[in-house]
Amino acid sequence: MEPLALTACSIVTCLGAGRAANLDALRARRSGLAPCTFETVRLDTFVGEVAGVDQTHLAAPWDDYDCRNNRLARLGLDTDGMADAVLGARDRYGADRIGVFLGTSTSGILETELAYRARDADGRLPPGFHYAQTHNTFSLADYVRRSLGLSGPAVVVSAACASSAKVFGNAARAVAAGRCDAALVGGVDSLCLTTLYGFHSLGLLSPRPCRPYDASRDGISLSEAAGFVLLEKPDRAHAAARVHLLGVGESSDAHHMSTPHPQGLGARMAMERALASAGVHADAVGYINLHGTASKSNDSSEDAAVTAVFGTTTPCSSTKGLTGHALGAAGVIEAIIATIALEERFLPAGTSTEIRDPALLADYLLTSRPAALRYAMSNSFGFGGANCALLFGLAH
Amino acid sequence: MRAWVEGIGLIGPGLRGWRDSRAVLAGHEPYVAQPVTVPASDWLPPAERRRTGLAVRLALAVGREACEHAHRDPRTLATVFTSSGGDGDNQHVICESLASATRELSPTRFHNSVHNAPAGYWGVATGSMENSTTLCAYDWSFGAGLVEALTWLGQEQQPILLIAYDTPYPEPMHAVRPLVAAFGVAFVFTPGATGHSVATLEVDLSPDAPTGSLPAGLDVLCGSAPSARSLPMLHALARAAATTAQVEYLDGRSLIALCTPC
Repeated sequence: MEPLALTACSIVTCLGAGRAANLDALRARRSGLAPCTFETVRLDTFVGEVAGVDQTHLAAPWDDYDCRNNRLARLGLDTDGMADAVLGARDRYGADRIGVFLGTSTSGILETELAYRARDADGRLPPGFHYAQTHNTFSLADYVRRSLGLSGPAVVVSAACASSAKVFGNAARAVAAGRCDAALVGGVDSLCLTTLYGFHSLGLLSPRPCRPYDASRDGISLSEAAGFVLLEKPDRAHAAARVHLLGVGESSDAHHMSTPHPQGLGARMAMERALASAGVHADAVGYINLHGTASKSNDSSEDAAVTAVFGTTTPCSSTKGLTGHALGAAGVIEAIIATIALEERFLPAGTSTEIRDPALLADYLLTSRPAALRYAMSNSFGFGGANCALLFGLAH
Repeated sequence: MRAWVEGIGLIGPGLRGWRDSRAVLAGHEPYVAQPVTVPASDWLPPAERRRTGLAVRLALAVGREACEHAHRDPRTLATVFTSSGGDGDNQHVICESLASATRELSPTRFHNSVHNAPAGYWGVATGSMENSTTLCAYDWSFGAGLVEALTWLGQEQQPILLIAYDTPYPEPMHAVRPLVAAFGVAFVFTPGATGHSVATLEVDLSPDAPTGSLPAGLDVLCGSAPSARSLPMLHALARAAATTAQVEYLDGRSLIALCTPC
């Protein structure tokens, strides 16, 4: 594929809003996970809640869009100059030449869950419920493009936990086809009862902060996040970007709805396709940000896939012990973390992993260390067997 | 955007398969609305089959018809799934459970709640490990899916299967999102002519809203679900002559699709 320049990035996680806050936490290996006190949820688990979402309100004319997911989107746009960067691009390219490709799995379903609790005696939803602007999966892209005054192609990709990684592929194809000149990609997912009680029903929530790759790992920690990236053709970018998107690889497991292929066949295919589309050899990759959910099956399946493609000496880690698993937003925030590793020249270890599972063979980082990298990969895998690997590289 | 149409699948109220519906779609026979029936798929293993709801069965059925029409092995095809709301019944049951005192969710209901559940079951049913994406663009989900499928095809120069589907919500969601009936449509697109091509398709974006007319009954059905907004294209493809279809797209615009029979 033709490389695309990352000319602006914004990241909001339970570690904080913005690159500086997230970099500090990555360097200090400080987790943002805390015992779950979200809403009325009473589950023995840790979550990564973003500070300040409840205090963010979408004012008129956007009040119909007001829900946790779109508030998080607003925080994301207001972080690290993202909205200004997009508006600058809008001035240069034209509103209809900027595509919006965003991922979410939850959209604003929390709003619907609360509305069901508030049904009247006849079972009707309360009058202030705005289906299209909050519940519908498209509401995220709809809010973002309208509030930024964009009219280019727009779509939401909702492929579970691979959603906001896969959008880089949609954007790359749309730019290559001349459908748009620049693309705003990213994703937002917000805490809600469906995912908390849903993963609980599958027995997948850890009672402790999740421990990816640990010998006694016992499940995931859910979180919420927002991340946005502005992609432009390098020769048309307003400012020189330090990092380029070089490769995207997607595949399907064709195995099971909620369990990954035991040998990681689909994951392996996604990584190989990302390398092939970039024309980069596996040996040149200096860091892999793993999907690394800390579920028994994900980490063993991903390890099989990573070692099949890269052998056992490529440094890798999961940062979900810090950020939690942000589901539909995990792809983009971990892509941004991979770019931070490239730019800041360090390999971020996860946190909370104590004893590396001896059955897993990849070079999993238990301590961070400085390293001059040229290429970094980020993996995202989801329910339904959706797989996506992204390859980033430092610009020449 | 240019492609060849090689196969079509269709299920909607009174529309039972592409072949059987062609005369009605062309306007040669009157449209009669009837309840939607979705044949049970024997593609999935029995254990998986029991776990599927209407949305998954619908998506798999139209996808299968399109592949059979195209004489294509579904295992070899990349896929674009697109739907506004996915499985309305399942979401309703989950929200009801979460509003109850116990908040007990079934694990199957939860994993079926992801928007890409049909893509997941499609993979299990067909064994396809090819690229697959699942989209939503509210009322414009069909148009967005069409653009994505044709963009992918243009870049990769490989055939692709587009599956658009919607199912109605039960109350109380029906009141805020009144989708009238289940509707599913699928197309196999190829980058060049094949022995099984049925039409060529040329699609351009227009700044204007659709103005075309449809045979009586189909015009009403067109607005009843986002995937039913494919009906102008189905009408054009059902006719024996080159016909231009206008498909609703974002911001009051349209996709102009010139369908020319092979």
